Parts: sequence; structure tokens; C-alpha cells
Amino acid sequence: MRALDPEAGLADRISEICADHAHLEGPLLPILHAVQDELGSLSEAVIAPIAEALNISRAEVHGVISFYHDFRTEPAGRHILKICRAEACQAMGATALAETAKARLGVDWHGTTGNGAVTLEPVYCLGLCACGPAAMVDDRVVGRVDAGRLEDLLVEAGA
Amino acid sequence: MKVYVPRDAAARALGADAVARAIEAMAAAQGHEITLIRNGSRGMIWLEPLVEIEIDGVRHGFGPMTAADVTGLFDERHPKALGPVEDIPFLANQTRLTFQRVGVIDPLDLPDYEAHGGLAGLRRALGMTGAEIVAEVTESGLRGRGGAGFPTGIKWNTVLGAEAAQKYIVCNADEGDSGTFADRMIMEGDPFCLIEGMAIAGIGVGATRGYVYLRSEYPDAIAVMNKAVRIARETGLLGASLLGSDKAFDMEIRVGAGAYVCGEETSLLNSLEGKRGVVRAKPPLPALEGFLGRPTVVNNVISLATVPVIFEKGAAHYRDFGLGRSRGTIPLQIAGNVKFGGLYETAFGTTLGEIINGIGGGTASGQPVKAVQVGGPLGAYFGPEQFDTPFGYEEFDGAGGLIGHAGITVFDETADMSRLARFAMEFCAVESCGKCTPCRIGAVRGVETIDRIVAGDATAVPLLEDLCETMKDGSLCALGGFTPYPVLSALRLAPEDFTLAREAAE
Ligand SMILES: Cc1cc2nc3c(=O)[nH]c(=O)nc-3n(C[C@H](O)[C@H](O)[C@H](O)COP(=O)(O)O)c2cc1C
Ligand code: SF4
Ligand code: FES
Repeated sequence: MRALDPEAGLADRISEICADHAHLEGPLLPILHAVQDELGSLSEAVIAPIAEALNISRAEVHGVISFYHDFRTEPAGRHILKICRAEACQAMGATALAETAKARLGVDWHGTTGNGAVTLEPVYCLGLCACGPAAMVDDRVVGRVDAGRLEDLLVEAGA
Repeated sequence: MKVYVPRDAAARALGADAVARAIEAMAAAQGHEITLIRNGSRGMIWLEPLVEIEIDGVRHGFGPMTAADVTGLFDERHPKALGPVEDIPFLANQTRLTFQRVGVIDPLDLPDYEAHGGLAGLRRALGMTGAEIVAEVTESGLRGRGGAGFPTGIKWNTVLGAEAAQKYIVCNADEGDSGTFADRMIMEGDPFCLIEGMAIAGIGVGATRGYVYLRSEYPDAIAVMNKAVRIARETGLLGASLLGSDKAFDMEIRVGAGAYVCGEETSLLNSLEGKRGVVRAKPPLPALEGFLGRPTVVNNVISLATVPVIFEKGAAHYRDFGLGRSRGTIPLQIAGNVKFGGLYETAFGTTLGEIINGIGGGTASGQPVKAVQVGGPLGAYFGPEQFDTPFGYEEFDGAGGLIGHAGITVFDETADMSRLARFAMEFCAVESCGKCTPCRIGAVRGVETIDRIVAGDATAVPLLEDLCETMKDGSLCALGGFTPYPVLSALRLAPEDFTLAREAAE
């Protein structure tokens, strides 16, 4: 049976994840990635158990989470669409593509569609700079994204 | 019959997985016995997905392929046939040393790696002393490919001379610069080469542990590197006894978290330690007080992946390529609005114009080139009148720019240089680590000032120039310190792009 107190269940699970990484030199980033992969975000509730396991202050954990673009304190939509904003993709029309995506989804950067299907995030280079504009849906990369291909991706993601 | 379909992220982004599935299905349906190999990319991105079929020991190319093109692939004539891949001029004219195996071998097949020259360098290094290894690297003239161009041998020598119970090799695989993908291609296409280079570095300087700090934006590279490390451990390429010798070296892959500044080496070390990726003041040098305060070699992926070929072929072989103080070869990454985009490894010294118009074939759109950004988001924009600049560290420095990680991003006439300048400031503001006021606040002011100029306020131009001076002088690292280069070069190159609105208003 699941723990009756969800907070205690969460803290136990996080302690487990921390213990799995205890042998690493500099374990905090791998732990934060693992917790976010499992829970979808790093809410306020995860900070105390991580701080306790690593014997560092809660402020330190909070400071690290807030420094990095990848870590989110609010859950994302079911899919994350990242569109490259960097120069090589701009040279191939990425700025207009991003505007199309924003208008189609009705969100700005970092926003999630009303139906919870897609969160739109900017990304600065995916290493696909000779086949831009580039995008990534969850972990899948896509090159030469034009309006048609964008629409296919959005339909596939349920937006 | 051997059939190759790249697993490289660029090939996958253009549909390689669907092509591979279609080939397998067709082979099964037609009763063809095939071995499907997911190789790295040859670097001719405009031909991706580039399928290769080995016929009588020669690899014939077909591309760019779609799943629909697969029908008839095994027949006599195919509309996408390119002939023998290694005869394609873009590939045939390169000098491939660092990238000698990328696109050729199965990236995770260690025997295939060895059959193509892999491990020869490490075997040779295992018979040398640390000082001899460091001397060989110094002798090769190799300079850091991450951007600063610092001589690799000198850095290694500092770590060799440092006394410590534990030293480290840290590979900088943060590759955040727009227009660059050489690190990604090596990690996805020849991961053992990077592992071998790190192992040689480890035995050279006396470090037994290594880390690859790999950006999270590269899920494919992360997966390949993790598998390669596992295979290397299982086969004794890593571990307590390297290839059965008395030398130990082991390594781990660590994933970044989406911060551009973490490519800066001290920020990277903080991040690896689990801290905010704030830049550290130097001294102390990371070579003396690096990861966890211990002596650490921090080198770029390409720097480390070039080490095996230096040991395989000898320092002199490598050093004999190049121009002036830029020795050896450089993997150029030709990107943006360009006809033949991709990776082109060649000796230093090719002019910028030859790279863009000769090798790259000009713009993809067919319009004239307006500007080229060399060296990523902190690199200057060059105009066609500077196309005679030879590709080399000193030569680009002398022309007011930098080669950085050798990314070359081409823009056609439709580019608006004021928007690119604004973007450079915005990027700096978003990615600043926050330590220096001129960078953190200055970049925000920079965006506002460019907006004022474009809105018609000519008095804001000297303000922008002053602000750039302040950022250059008052920034601890190149993020704040070099952002003025793209901004001011854009202004110099196309002042009319900054005044269009103003003229329209008058
Ligand atoms: C803002 C900033 C970002 C950087 N990003 C990278 C990077 O992504 N990859 C890299 O190898 N070097 C990067 N560098 C350079 C590193 O600080 C360092 O010089 C390099 O890793 C040393 O390795 P090398 O000597 O082999 O080039 C960056 C520097 C700055 C200031
Ligand atoms: S210049 Fe910017 S990124 Fe670099 S140390 Fe200063 S604040 Fe940090
Ligand atoms: S600039 Fe968009 S993928 Fe590199």
C-alpha cells in the first residue's frame, strides 16, 4: 500500500534517489535531474529532503534550481516543444517560425497550452545549425522545420 | 550486404530513423540479407539522411533520402545515387585527422574502431612517461579548440607538475555556441576517440578520473557516450588497468542543465560540483585548483579527440599542417543560410571567402551573402570585404574577430543586423551568471539602447558604444566581455539597418 501521508512518501522517495547518487562527486545536479525526470518538476516540497540528504542548506538547493534553465518549479505540459532561437537558425527563418508557434498555441515562451498538451520553450542551439530551423519535441530532434512540419508536430503532440 | 544509415542527430532530425525502418522492411520483403549499421554522419548535412551501400568494398551514397525513396534502392539506377561517397569533392578534399572515423565506422563497435586506427595512440602513450606524453602534445602545436586557443601541452604541463593525491580530466562538452556541432558529431560518431584522448591525458598528467560535462540539449550524444563508457569499462579500455597496463583511468558522463555560461571552464567546474554555475575569478587556475579544488585539465571535446591521432601518427605529422601559429587541422562547421552546410576538416589557412563561397557554395537562398558570424554568439560579424581573412587564431584576432569553436554562420541579404545586435545583447542578459554588473545590467541596457536607436534616437549610438566599452572592461569572462564584438561589428557592417526606422520617420 502507498504511504498514507503523501508528503512523507515523497520525502522517502527523494531520500532513495539521493542515496542512489551518494557515491558521486558533486551529486546535486544528477539528483535534481533524476527527481525532475520522475516527478516532472522540482516543487518546493522536494527541497527539504534533498538539502537534508546532502547536508546543505535549503537556500543552497533553491539557489541551484533557480540558476539553471532546465529546472522547473511548475509542471510542464504533456510535451515540451523547444524551438531554437539562436543565430544559425535565425538565418533560416527561426524567428518567424517561433512567432507562428506562439500564435498557433496561444502562448508566449515558457507558456503551456490551455489543454495542457504542450509547453513552449526557447532553446539556444541544438547542434543542428546546418539544417535549421531546428526544434525538439521532448527528446526528439527535428530539422528544417517549416510551417507545415511545425503543424504536424503540434497535431502529433495534441495541441 | 552492408547498409549504412547515420544515427547522428542531424540525420535523425531529417528523418534517418524512418529511412532505416523502410530499408529493413524492404530488405525483409525482398529477401535481401543486409547488415544495417547506424554510423555517424559524414558531415554533408545537405545530403542527410545519406544512405550508403557497400558494393565490392566501395561505399556508394544515396541522398538526401526519404522513406519513399527507399523503393528501388537495391536496383541498378536510383535517382538519389551519388556514386562512391569518398569521391564526393566536399569529402575528398578534406584532411580528416580528428574526424578520420566519423561516418565511417559503427560508433559503438570497438573492434571496428581498432581496425580503423583506434587505440594505436593509447598503446603508444602507455609506453611513454608522463613528461614524454606532455612533450608530444606540446610538440604537435595543438591549441584548445573550445575558443581561447590556449596551447594544450602547456596546460597539461601545469597539471603534470602539480602535486596532489587526486587529479582530474574534465572534458568540456557544453558546446553552446550557435553554428557549432563538431563536439556533438564526434560524441555521436566516434565516442571511443574521445575516451581514448581522455585516457591519454589522464596517464600524461597523472589523473585517474575524468568527467565529460555534456549539455542536456544533446540527448543522442548523451546516450551514445554512456553506452561507449560502459563498453570501454567492460573491455578494459577504462578501469584499474588500461588495456592490461599498470595505469588506471575511469570516467563518467555528467549532464548540464541548460546554461550557456557553464561552457566557461570555471563555471563548468562549479556546476560539476553541484553549485550555481557562477564564473570563478582566476587565479587560481583550474590546472592547479580545479574540480573540488584539485589540479584539473579542462579541455574541449575536439582538443581531447585530436590527441589519439597525434599519438597514432606522431606530433610532427600533425604540426606539419596549418598556418603560422595555428597548427594542424580545424573542423570547420559551416552553418546557417548556406548551400552545402556541414562539417569540413581541413588545415588552418583557408580564407573565409573560400570557405563560404567555395566549400559552402554560397547561400542556400541563392541571395548574396550579407554577413557571416564566426566563432559563435560572442564572435564578430564579418562582411564580404573581409573574405580574404585566412582561417587562423592570430589572423582572425587581427581582423577584429575570433575563430572560437570554428562555427561559421552565414546570413543572406534579408538579415537585419540591428536585430542580430539586439539578440546578442538579449542572449547575454538571459545567460549572464550575474557576477559582474556590466554584464548582468549592461546587457539589459544594451537591448534598450538598441531599441532607442532603431526607434529613431541617433543620440543613443554613442551611448551604445560607451556601454560596449564598459562591458569589455568590466566583465570577468568573455560572455560580458565579448558580446560587444557582434554588436559593434553589426553596427559597423550595416549602419543603415539601425537607421531605417529613423529615416522613415523623418
Ligand atoms: C561564456 C563562455 C562559454 C564557453 N563555452 C565553451 C563551450 O561550450 N565549450 C568549450 O569547450 N569551451 C567553452 N568556453 C571556453 C572554456 O572556458 C575553456 O577555455 C575551454 O574549455 C578550454 O578547453 P580548450 O583549451 O581545449 O579549448 C567558453 C568560454 C566562455 C567565456
Ligand atoms: S561577464 Fe557575465 S557571465 Fe561572465 S562572469 Fe561576469 S556576469 Fe558572469
Ligand atoms: S543555431 Fe539552431 S541548432 Fe544551432
